Amino acid sequence: MRLASTSRRRVAAFGLLFVLVVPLMAACGGPSTPAAQTTAEPVAQTTAAPSGGGTQATPATAEQATTAPAEQPTQASAEQPTAAPSSGGGQKGGTLKMLYWQAPTGLNGHQGNGTKDLEASGVILEPLASWTPEGVPVARLAAEIPTVENGGVSKDLMTTTWKLKPGIKWSDGSDFSADDVVFTWKYCSDPATACVSLTNFEPIDKAEAVDKNTVKITWKQPNPNFYISFVGYSGYILQQKQFADCVGAKAATCPANNSPIGTGPYKLKDFKPGDSVTYEKNPLYRDADKVGFDTVEIKGGGDAASAAQAVFETGDVDYAWNLQVQKAVLEQIMQGGKANLDAPPGPSVERIEINFANPDPALGDKRAEPDQPHPILSDIRVRQALSLAIDRKTLAEQLYGPLGDPTCNILTAPPDIVSHNTKCDQDIEKAKQLLDEAGWKMNDATGVREKDGKPLVLSYQSSINALRQNEQALVKQDWAKIGVTANLRAIDGGVFFSSDAGNPDTYGHFFADVEMYTSSPSGPDPTTYYDGWTCAQMSQKSNNWNFNNNNRYCNKDYDALVDQLHKEVDPAKRKELFIKLNDKIVGDVVNIPLVARKTTPNGVSKDLQGPKNNPWDSSLWNIAEWHK
Amino acid sequence: MSQYVLRRLLIAIPTLLVISLVIYAILALAPGDPLAEFAANPAVPPYVRENIKHALGLDQVWYVRYFKWLTAFFQGEWGYSFASKSPVIDLIKQRLPQTLWVVGVAYLFSILIAVPIGILSAVKQYSLFDQIATTIAFIGFSVPTFFTGLLFILLFSIRLRWLPFIYDSNLVVHDLNTFIQQIKQMAMPVAVLTLFQSASVARFMRSSMLDNLPLDYVRTARAKGLHERMVIMRHVLSNSLIPVVTLIALGIPTVFAGAIITEQIFRVNGLGELLVRSIRSSDTPVVMILTFIFAILVVLFNLLADILYGVLDPRIRYS
Repeated sequence: MRLASTSRRRVAAFGLLFVLVVPLMAACGGPSTPAAQTTAEPVAQTTAAPSGGGTQATPATAEQATTAPAEQPTQASAEQPTAAPSSGGGQKGGTLKMLYWQAPTGLNGHQGNGTKDLEASGVILEPLASWTPEGVPVARLAAEIPTVENGGVSKDLMTTTWKLKPGIKWSDGSDFSADDVVFTWKYCSDPATACVSLTNFEPIDKAEAVDKNTVKITWKQPNPNFYISFVGYSGYILQQKQFADCVGAKAATCPANNSPIGTGPYKLKDFKPGDSVTYEKNPLYRDADKVGFDTVEIKGGGDAASAAQAVFETGDVDYAWNLQVQKAVLEQIMQGGKANLDAPPGPSVERIEINFANPDPALGDKRAEPDQPHPILSDIRVRQALSLAIDRKTLAEQLYGPLGDPTCNILTAPPDIVSHNTKCDQDIEKAKQLLDEAGWKMNDATGVREKDGKPLVLSYQSSINALRQNEQALVKQDWAKIGVTANLRAIDGGVFFSSDAGNPDTYGHFFADVEMYTSSPSGPDPTTYYDGWTCAQMSQKSNNWNFNNNNRYCNKDYDALVDQLHKEVDPAKRKELFIKLNDKIVGDVVNIPLVARKTTPNGVSKDLQGPKNNPWDSSLWNIAEWHK
Repeated sequence: MSQYVLRRLLIAIPTLLVISLVIYAILALAPGDPLAEFAANPAVPPYVRENIKHALGLDQVWYVRYFKWLTAFFQGEWGYSFASKSPVIDLIKQRLPQTLWVVGVAYLFSILIAVPIGILSAVKQYSLFDQIATTIAFIGFSVPTFFTGLLFILLFSIRLRWLPFIYDSNLVVHDLNTFIQQIKQMAMPVAVLTLFQSASVARFMRSSMLDNLPLDYVRTARAKGLHERMVIMRHVLSNSLIPVVTLIALGIPTVFAGAIITEQIFRVNGLGELLVRSIRSSDTPVVMILTFIFAILVVLFNLLADILYGVLDPRIRYS
């Protein structure tokens, strides 16, 4: 009897455990069907419902919508579950599979958290014009590109008028109009919205809808860079109706951020932030019959190397973004042969920035302040020697391979404003000579140069990244040849690139002698790029190290040139100035450019036609034309 | 017993509050910037970043932010992620299926495999089976999951092309075909995790059995003439399973934390991947909710394990 009752208790205990564990698994993890459906349906409904009712244009949209939705669900369900992509190639339709190893976490380009979000939102949203890879604007929502010649830009450069293409509709059926463009300006220029593309809208004094298809922008000052607003991935137009309640402080928590309605070739089907985005063809797109796929999937997560394997070796995906992989590994994976690497030259330059202020910790509060000149690097001969000692060719070949070329210039694109006046071949003897002239004598016992008893030791910091640490090692070796010792430091990227005023390790604080990272101009016009080395932009304690001139470089001649640039309206003269400014920076050795990095290296399957990687805009800028 | 449970639950509340405070303090005081991504974007100068920070409420002192978070939490508002601007609870709901499908099933499999292996190893101690099982267990436990994961990918995905190595979380299982797809894409991550987790359970089962086998009641049962299988399965096993069951109960919260490395390698994108990514980008709201949920689960399952122990073992009595 006793045996039976204890064994029954044990059975009961097991039952208890099973009862807890199994429904837990079944309810949440079991059939993924209910979970998937509940996330998919509401999204589908929110986009479908407005087209069904509520808008004025119901009869028209009903007519247009009847044909499209009838085809949509059957096609989508037929394509979705098959893992084998429709690579039985050549025809339209099917699924485009893309891998973004940094998964998109947001779909509103103006609230994005990085390039990946700008790209993911660009499949749905469109700007008035996009940049082509050559740095020339091409019309998207605009009817034509405004220029001074066609009257779109006033001769005094105070106004720019954009004419919009007529008859464009949002994917929910409502009409696109100039009001949406004006709204986008209002949305982004409100500082409380915390719009990421704020600087692109700041020069605008007001934007007004002259009529349904015309927008007139009035600038605060004569603006020679009139494509700064509404062009490229900082210029996505938001639907006024959808985002009307999302301006200002409410912008951050607005549900529309992750389900935007757009005018683009695809519309949103499902979004799992940080995991995947699924788009489906937008039947109301102005060239809907030319769109190459029925669905587009962006999958995220993992690392760049396995993403490269997926596109080059196994062909599991058609497109893999930003394959920042070590050259040796990447070249091996590329031998898989199923794809090509699309990495055109771009404006990003990996450079060593020189600190013109003294970062000595003994200075306390005055550390790296502009009024404390650097005891070693203030001498141009030392800076020149440091630049001459570096073997850029080996560095680029060995470490970057197909992903970068050696460069002497701080401005490397577009090609018509690249300076040919700079030279930077390695010249160890000249470097030694310069240092001797500067008074730094070699101490043969230690192998390090000295002046007034102080050794030539520099602290050299960068972010934690295997490639960067290798670069630091190579540069350290090169500098050792001329008697300069470099103390290397690597700081976590999240800290180094943060704008935390309290953290001494940020690149803004620049509490080191030299630091290395990549930067680039924000568009084909590098005016704001060059602003970043003016006296007014010096980063220091009083502005929480929030300004752009981390070098604390202050030179009256340079500032004068930049002033000239702001006032110059003639495009040819502007190009000359761009080159002159590059030569000034390089000549003064404000920084040491090392490698011109190719634009985000994307892997494109050989079956996929259309992708043209773009240094000035999203890689997906022309996704409407992609097909297999 | 009910008094004991009530007392434990009441103590759990201040414990959880202290845990949340400590986590928040660590996150707030640790270096790192949720907006560090913008450093690479030249169109976003630092003052725009400051603007965004202000909009997210990050320019206030950490204890003020903590109290705001706590009051919002009790009002049912679990916050918005800095990275994706979507409610944290939505993110968790989206990722829970992946984690449970892969990590949960792996846990189940590892138990189902480990328990028989442990029993056999103990009953046939030092036999060939035991030696092999022990060796495999040690290998499985010592080799890190990222190594086995990458090895499996190289072998099964890239060389043999049998299995996909990119997990498709949008796969909807509604017929046999899609079910097979789901099995195929789960196979490798589940295998990697099972190999890793079954080792410890198997060893524990084995030693628990070995503790019980030499005891007097076993000899009595054999002397009574019971079949050897009855002796092992009905008597020894029941007693040996008691500590193992509590071990399993304690391990269930780790299922929810996800297998961080495996999720990364196979792109399963479950809770573990969310946690790690949010920590690295200092996405405080997400980290707070996730770690708080884990803390609650750990406290609850600890209590459950203790209760189970008391229920299963009549020698244990709680006052």
